[in-house]
Amino acid sequence: MTAGGGGAVAAGACDACLRRAALVAALAGRLDVEWRRRDAASRVLALPDEELLAVGTKAVRVRYERFDAAVPRAVAARAGVVLVCRCSPAYPARLRALPDPPAVLHVLGDPGVLDVPDAVAIVGARRATPYGLDVSRALGRGLSRAGVPVVSGLALGIDAAAHDGALEGAARPVAVLAAAPDVPYPARHRRLHAAVAERGAVVSELPPGSSAFRWCFVARNRIVAALAQVVVIVEAAERSGSLTTADFAADLGCTVAAVPGRVTNRTAAGTNALIQSGAALVRDAGDVLDLLAEATGSPRRCAPARPPAPPDLAPELLALLAAVEEGRGALGELAADAEEARAVLAGLGELEFRGLIRRTFGGRYEPAAR
Amino acid sequence: MIARVSTFAVDGVTSRRVWVEADIRAKGLPAFTVVGLADKAVREARERVRAALQNSGFVFPGGRITVNLAPADLRKIGPGFDLPLAVALMVAAGELAAEDVAGCAVIGELALNGELRAVRGTLAIAEGARRHGLQRILVPCGVAAEAALVPELEVLAAATLEEAVDFLRGDAEPPVPATLAPAPLVAAEPLDLADVRGHNGLIPALEVAAAGGHNLYLHGPPGTGKTMLARRLPSILPPMTAVEAIEVTRISSVGGLHHGGGLAAERPFRAPHHTISASGLVGGGAQPTPGEATLAHHGVLFLDELSEFARPSLEALRQPLEDGHVTIVRGQKVMAFPTRFMLVAASNPCPCGLGGDDCTCSTGDLARHHRRLSGPLLDRIDVLVAVGRPAAGALRDEQAPSSAAVRERVIAARERQADRLAAHGLTCNAQMPARLLREHAEATPSALRLLYELHDRHRLSARGHGRVLRVARTLADLDDSPTVGPEHITLAAALRLETAALAAAA
Repeated sequence: MTAGGGGAVAAGACDACLRRAALVAALAGRLDVEWRRRDAASRVLALPDEELLAVGTKAVRVRYERFDAAVPRAVAARAGVVLVCRCSPAYPARLRALPDPPAVLHVLGDPGVLDVPDAVAIVGARRATPYGLDVSRALGRGLSRAGVPVVSGLALGIDAAAHDGALEGAARPVAVLAAAPDVPYPARHRRLHAAVAERGAVVSELPPGSSAFRWCFVARNRIVAALAQVVVIVEAAERSGSLTTADFAADLGCTVAAVPGRVTNRTAAGTNALIQSGAALVRDAGDVLDLLAEATGSPRRCAPARPPAPPDLAPELLALLAAVEEGRGALGELAADAEEARAVLAGLGELEFRGLIRRTFGGRYEPAAR
Repeated sequence: MIARVSTFAVDGVTSRRVWVEADIRAKGLPAFTVVGLADKAVREARERVRAALQNSGFVFPGGRITVNLAPADLRKIGPGFDLPLAVALMVAAGELAAEDVAGCAVIGELALNGELRAVRGTLAIAEGARRHGLQRILVPCGVAAEAALVPELEVLAAATLEEAVDFLRGDAEPPVPATLAPAPLVAAEPLDLADVRGHNGLIPALEVAAAGGHNLYLHGPPGTGKTMLARRLPSILPPMTAVEAIEVTRISSVGGLHHGGGLAAERPFRAPHHTISASGLVGGGAQPTPGEATLAHHGVLFLDELSEFARPSLEALRQPLEDGHVTIVRGQKVMAFPTRFMLVAASNPCPCGLGGDDCTCSTGDLARHHRRLSGPLLDRIDVLVAVGRPAAGALRDEQAPSSAAVRERVIAARERQADRLAAHGLTCNAQMPARLLREHAEATPSALRLLYELHDRHRLSARGHGRVLRVARTLADLDDSPTVGPEHITLAAALRLETAALAAAA
């Protein structure tokens, strides 16, 4: 399936681009060093083939000269990966704005979802706080429900929460991986990886079988930034990798937005600093949709309003629901005596059965995502 | 001449008969040898017996003394053989007649001045004496009340060796053991639910756990009162039956926790520290001794900070929870200890313990914490309750119901369960196997329909489904309802352990 894919536009990759992608993959280990040595870090990938070959060994050059495009095509076909090269009309137009666009995108899923005018990236810290995870999930969910595709990196923490939330909506999610697109990284997210690949697309610059080096994660961030119109950073420490995504986005002229955090919280230092230096402040999906409308010039999409509580709820149940929404989710916090507690228990069971609240790990109740 | 005295060795939580045989020969070098697989404490008995006999005004026999403890394959441990050894020597030396000690079990530790000291496992020993058809038992005063729990056994309660000899000879009348029960050292203030402020809402959950004997899991931030609540569970459990009380007394006596004060009145409450080893928890050692699980038999075993317990320790609790007893195999020996306890586990919502918005744990920490908790034990826990921070007002004003009031309802519910389950030899709903649950749940069609819907909606597992039904059955018993209705199912579902988050962590 050289020109495979389920995209609307024919996907495919030409030999020259495949050769370039194979070269980058072959040099991946070496590029880590090169990346740190040069000043304009990302420009390494902008070098022409000849200069790149200079940093590699002789074996790399030999392989480059004897390159057979049938091999990567076969590898991709075996992994079920669709190839989209710079020369293909299916290549996302926004990526061309990069000084160093990836030669070939290796796509697991539908490459058609990559080329949309109004995607939003949600990225952030791997070591996130529950607050950050909640916000990330809510943003992903809200945007996806409004039909906005959510792009992220499938990493631990904020990224995964954003994907998680996005999968609850109808929009098609995009995950950009640092290394091989067919290998869930981190492995813990294999279910998420599979879900994103099935509903949307998992993309990587490197072909199946490549392993990740440090530079790959930064290089991945430039793709995330380029695929999106608006980049939202949810939580990031002072010197976080997520901030490189913001830098790339700023260079590309995308809107950068950040979710504020507590000033005493280290994982919010980076995002708070972004806001101070002019990034838009984002509180919920609605704010992001405003930014998106502004950036694309198209009319603002409506965030689906939180559905009101079903009208047929008894007043006691409504009061109970309100209490849980206020954060009083433990039985002892909801009832003052044994008699009342039985009624409350029954009410909680009823509300949960109706899908209005959910029982969490420790037996507390919290409002269910609606 | 040869003398034989009956005594008993504690073996697990029962006792085995041991014969102390003494032989004194005038000829040969003077010596005092103890044979028959005696441990260090028993061999040291020689010195105690010699001093005690002489200090009590008796003559220590000269000549070559050999004492044999039969059967020779049973390891004899501890100081309880002092008194039988001394008595056997006196019989061998002719100071006591053989008839004086026939049909009498002798047990006790000697002090150098001839006083008798209490020993462990008196109740098990007295039961052994009865089982072997002995009519009398000679025990130290301190444990006489315990020995007197066994019917049809005359208890000779002696304070000193001299007194013991008088009683055996029939020169003096032994005191009535009941008068000898020592007063408890501190009159323990009974713990009562009324002491707990701000958790009135949790009482139905505790009540249903106590009523059905369901294992309970309390989840909440530190300092919110999880331990306080758990400690008061025995006060709402039904009082022990006579048989249960005897079992509890026997076990705590063997475990060295009971000091001769007659029958145990309270259900045991054991709260081992989380550093406990597997053998400390379920019993073990070269000579298997009961562990915390057995000491909590018929009572409550409380594991605070469940996530801090070592995995092997928790794994070891599986069989005891499942079967109500634990089997310990040591070399050629297999020993079973009873372990029918109610498990109460408590844990913080996250490793830092702050929970909610103040939590500083990373997702990795949380995932690890959840994984540890979703381990083996949770298979056997029916009721999960989140314990929140009580409001300040509640701490000041709220009046909690007394344990007695809750206990009344629990007892009534237990009686209904007993009526239903007596034919199967069970006492409460938690003990019902799945087959009996299906047979006895008596769920109405609408309740069953609701249960199946819940099964789909909450992604309950088959086991979780059974657990909801089981707790619903207990709720129906508390309501004195013959059938389980949908309202019981809804309540039980709100107390269920299984949540999607837990399933994801597992």
